[in-house]
Amino acid sequence: MTARSRLHVPSPPARPGQEPDFSYVQISPAGAVARPDVTAAARDIEDLSLQMVRVLDAEHRAVGPWHPHLDPEELQVGLRHMLLTRLFDDRMQRIQRQGRISFYIKSTGEEAVAVAQGMALRPTDMLFPSYRQQGLHVVRGRNLVELMCQCLSNTRDMCKGRQMPIMYHWLSGNIFTISGNLATQFPQAVGWAMAAAIKGEDRIAASWIGEGSSAEADFHHAMTFAAVYQAPVILNLVNNQWAISTFQGFAGGEHKTFAQRGPGYGIPGIRVDGNDFLAVYAVTQWAAQRARQSGGPTLIEHVTYRAAAHSTSDDPSRYRPKEEWRAWPLGDPITRLRDHLIALGEWSAERHERLEKELEAQVNACWKEAESYGTLAAGPNLDPLTMFEDVFKDMPANLQRQREELRALLQTAPAPAAEAPRAQQKR
Amino acid sequence: MARMNMVQALNSAMDVMLERDPRVVILGEDVGFFGGVFRATEGLQRKYGEQRVLDTPIAEGGIIATAIGMGANGLKPVAEIQFADYIYPGFDQVVSELARLRYRSAGEFPAPVTIRTPCGGGIRGGQTHSQSPEALFAHVCGIKVVMPSNPYDAKGLLISAIEGEDPVLFFEPKRIYNGPFDGDPHKPAVPWSAHPQGEVPEGHFTVPLGQAQVVRPGSAVSVLTYGTMVHVAEAAVKLAGVDAEIVDVRTMAPLDVDTLCRSVCKTGRCIVVHEATRFGGYGAELVATVQEQCFWNLEAPILRVAGWDTPYPHAFEWEYFPGPRRIAAALKQVLEAT
Repeated sequence: MTARSRLHVPSPPARPGQEPDFSYVQISPAGAVARPDVTAAARDIEDLSLQMVRVLDAEHRAVGPWHPHLDPEELQVGLRHMLLTRLFDDRMQRIQRQGRISFYIKSTGEEAVAVAQGMALRPTDMLFPSYRQQGLHVVRGRNLVELMCQCLSNTRDMCKGRQMPIMYHWLSGNIFTISGNLATQFPQAVGWAMAAAIKGEDRIAASWIGEGSSAEADFHHAMTFAAVYQAPVILNLVNNQWAISTFQGFAGGEHKTFAQRGPGYGIPGIRVDGNDFLAVYAVTQWAAQRARQSGGPTLIEHVTYRAAAHSTSDDPSRYRPKEEWRAWPLGDPITRLRDHLIALGEWSAERHERLEKELEAQVNACWKEAESYGTLAAGPNLDPLTMFEDVFKDMPANLQRQREELRALLQTAPAPAAEAPRAQQKR
Repeated sequence: MARMNMVQALNSAMDVMLERDPRVVILGEDVGFFGGVFRATEGLQRKYGEQRVLDTPIAEGGIIATAIGMGANGLKPVAEIQFADYIYPGFDQVVSELARLRYRSAGEFPAPVTIRTPCGGGIRGGQTHSQSPEALFAHVCGIKVVMPSNPYDAKGLLISAIEGEDPVLFFEPKRIYNGPFDGDPHKPAVPWSAHPQGEVPEGHFTVPLGQAQVVRPGSAVSVLTYGTMVHVAEAAVKLAGVDAEIVDVRTMAPLDVDTLCRSVCKTGRCIVVHEATRFGGYGAELVATVQEQCFWNLEAPILRVAGWDTPYPHAFEWEYFPGPRRIAAALKQVLEAT
C-alpha cells in the first residue's frame, strides 16, 4: 500500500524479447472437475467458474465425469473439421498476402471452440458468431467456395460486395450475419432465444464474444436479459488472451476469471480448456441440454490462445513474444485430438498426413473454383448498381435517382478498374 | 520546421501538449504500449508513462465516460476511438453528457474532453471502417466538430482542441494520413513530404477552431468542402478546367459563416462536397447557411456532391466515393446554369 492512490495499469507477463510466462493461467487436472446435473441451481455450481473443465490428460486419454463418450467416427469428423478450418485459414492468409483479397482473420489455435461447439449443437440452433468462428460454417457443411467468394467480393459473394472479407452469413445454415462492430451479436442472440421461447420452438441460440470485447456494454445487456428471462441461450466468451495488442488483463481478467461473471448475474459460469475438443463438446452439450429444459442461459469461458495475428492488418511481434504460442500450456487443439485418437488406436500419423493432403487438395480446388467467379482486383465484379438494393425493402425515390445518376456516370466512361486491395489496420 | 505526415503531426501535437500541460492524458484502445493501430500515439507511453498514456478496455462508452469524469476532475483527456465507425456505443455519453455538462450545471462542471477518431473510406474498409459521421455530432449543440485536411492543420487544430475548454470531436480522414489523395486510387500514392502542408513546426503552434480557409482562390464558383475531399475537389477543378475557389471548412461546428459566404457572394455559384451520405448530411447545413446569407448573389442552385445514401460498400467503394468526375460534373452544371 502507498500513501496515495495510483492507477494500476495492467501489464502482460512478457513482451517481445522476453520469455513467455503463462503462470497466471490456473489449470485444473484433467477429470478433476465434477459434472453437476443440468438441473442444478446456478448458486450451487458457482465453483465451475473457478476451475477448468478438462477431459484430455497428458497421456492423451479421456478421463473424468465430463468425458462425452463420442464414437471414434465422431472424433475423426471433429479432427477433419478442425484441420480443414486451419488449412482454409492458412490458404486465405496467403491469398491476402498476395493482394488478392483485402483482409483476413485466422482462427488458428482456437479451432476446437467453433468445431466442438458446432458439433454439440443441433443444426436448427441459431448461431451468432464473432469474426473468429469460421469453424461453425465448416461444421455445418458449408461449401468453402461460398466463403471464398465472400472474401473475394466476386459475382457469387453472399454479401453482394457490401462487407469486408470474413463477414459471412448463412440463412439456411442458421448462422447470423457477422458485424465488424464488436460484441453487438451477444445481446441479439439473447433476443433470438427469447423469441424462440415465446414462439414455443425447440431451438436455442448460441453466441461468441472475445474476452476483450466483453468490456463492451453489450456483454452486460446480454447477461442481464438472459438472466432475467432465463433465455435458452449459450453465451460463449472466448478468452484467447489477446485483443489486438491488449492482453486479457485489460478486460478484467487479472482479478477474476471471466466465467465468474456468470454467477454475478445468476447464470452458471463454466471455465473450460478451450483447446480440449472433448471438454468443449461436453460443456456445450451440458449447457444446451439445460437451455432446452427451460434451465436458462450458461456462460462458458473458453481458455485458449490466439496463435495468429489479430488480423492481416496486425503485427503481434510488436507487443508479445514471438514464441508465445509454443509455450501455451494448453497446447494445440488439433494435435491433442489427433494424439487422443492415436492413443485409442483409431488414427495414425499416416492417416493424419493423408487427411491433410486430401483437405489441402480440397481447399485448392475450392479456391480455383471461387477465383473463376471473379476477384475483386481483376473481376468480373458484381454490378455496382446493386449497391442501392437492400438499403430498404423497396427502393425509395432518392435512391432510385442516385442509381440512375451512377448508371449515367458509368456509361459515359470506362468503369474504374479496381486497384490492388490495400492492407490497412482494421479490427 | 519538419516534414510530417498527418499521423506524425497528430503525434507531435499530443507530444507537445503532454510536455506542456501535466493535465493532458491520452486514453484509448491499443494507444499505449502498441502506439495505436494507426501509430498516432507511438512512443508517447514510453515518454510520459503509463499513468498518462493509458490502454483501455474495448468499451467506447467506457472510454468516453471515464474521459468525462477525468475532465470533470481537472484533467484534459484526449480519447482515441479506434474508428469513427465504433463511436456509437459512446454516443449517449457524447450527446446526453459531454455536450451538456457545462449547460446543465450552469458552468460548474465542464469537461474539456477531446475525442480523436479516424473517419472516411477509400481503404477497402467496408461499412464498418469507412464512415463519416460528422453530421451526427455537428447537430449536437455543445460540442465542437473538427476535420483537418493536412498535417499542418491537423497539428495546429488538435493543439487548439486540447487547449480549449470545450469538448471537441476531432475527425481524422484516414485516407490522407500518409499523403494527399486526389480521388484516383490507381495513381501511385503521393506522400505528404512532397506537399507544402507537410511542412509542420516541431514545437507548439495553433490553428484556431472555427476558421475556414480558402485553399484555392478563384472567381467562377465556390467549392465548400473538408477533409479528404479538399484534395479530391482540387483534382476535380483541374479536370473541369474552371476557375473555382475551394474553401476548406476545417471546423464543422462552430462554422465560419463569414469566410464561406464571402466566397459564395463573390463567385455567385456554389457546390458542396463531402464523403458522408448526402441525405441529412452536413452539406445540407452548408447549403442552408449559404442560401440565407447569399441568396441575392446566387446565379444558380447550389448542388451537393456526396456519398450515395447507402452504407459504404466494400467492393464498390470507388463507385460510392464522390470522386473528381462527379464533382466536375456538378461544377459544369452550376456554371452552365443561367
